[in-house]
Amino acid sequence: MSAILTAGTPAPDFTLHVTPDQTLSLRELRGKPVILAFYPADWSPVCGDQMGLYNEILPEFHKHDAQLLGISVDGVWCHEAFAKDRHYHFPLLADFEPKGAVAQTYGAYRKQDGVSERALFVIDKNGVIAWSYVSPVAVNPGADGILQALEDLPK
Amino acid sequence: MTTLKIAVRPEDHAQGDENATCTLVEYGDYQCPHCGRAYPIVKRIQKHFGKRLRFVFRNFPLNEIHPQAESAAETAEFAGSHDKFWEMHDRLFENQTRFSPILFEELVQGLKLDPEDLREALTSGEFRAHVRSDFMGGARSGVNGTPTFFINGQRHDGPWDYEDLVEAIEGRLAAA
Repeated sequence: MSAILTAGTPAPDFTLHVTPDQTLSLRELRGKPVILAFYPADWSPVCGDQMGLYNEILPEFHKHDAQLLGISVDGVWCHEAFAKDRHYHFPLLADFEPKGAVAQTYGAYRKQDGVSERALFVIDKNGVIAWSYVSPVAVNPGADGILQALEDLPK
Repeated sequence: MTTLKIAVRPEDHAQGDENATCTLVEYGDYQCPHCGRAYPIVKRIQKHFGKRLRFVFRNFPLNEIHPQAESAAETAEFAGSHDKFWEMHDRLFENQTRFSPILFEELVQGLKLDPEDLREALTSGEFRAHVRSDFMGGARSGVNGTPTFFINGQRHDGPWDYEDLVEAIEGRLAAA
């Protein structure tokens, strides 16, 4: 297992599908903080809870002007059904083809399982990683680390 | 170790001896089925430990998946403003599969409170800030779903069946 990228590292850019006909590039979000939440899979119990929690805390993230992005190796149609079912109000990115390529550049891919780690990154408005954390796959990391990292960003 | 960021304070709803050796804090959602399952477990835990345990309930409504959770939490706070928080807390969990605005009014009436006052409080959002403050304090403390328990300020990870909680609390009492 490779180590995840740590604070001070420029966040590798990527372009991924966010809906079947739209893509999103990290560089488009330059100028505001980005929360990148890698998770193993749509529909699995822990992930659903974790993303559901972030969905509820979204207004607080927005107070910091931060954009939340969920990211897993699931495909766009799967993401679409999942987000609709759970009423998510933030984008889910499909790290689908080549599978897990973005997770790998962040050191957050579990090759043996073919899914990403449950890894969190807070990226500052200049595109540099300000905080990162990898949680045991079975443990929902909550939001306290993200909220603290957002607060610690220079204003 | 994930710890409670907001210490237990006078505006919290607490049951039991305030000088108890152990304090159990639950962050819960009245419409969450897991919290519904935890409700009788907590009652048993309270009975088992008696004066050694204080129990505190804080709101953590997951409104996107539980559309009635916020109203339920505000209804409990409304009852709390008339010193009937725990009566309402219990009635909500005991009726959690039947939530509706009408049910909330019936429960309020059952406690000899005025349903008109409840309607006003819900419309004006009188207790919304309190509920949100509970929620954000929980988010800052690492609440990662409902229910989340803290035993003497430390998050209890893993299963929370009766035996699990008894063991965890015993451990904390022994360490105290």
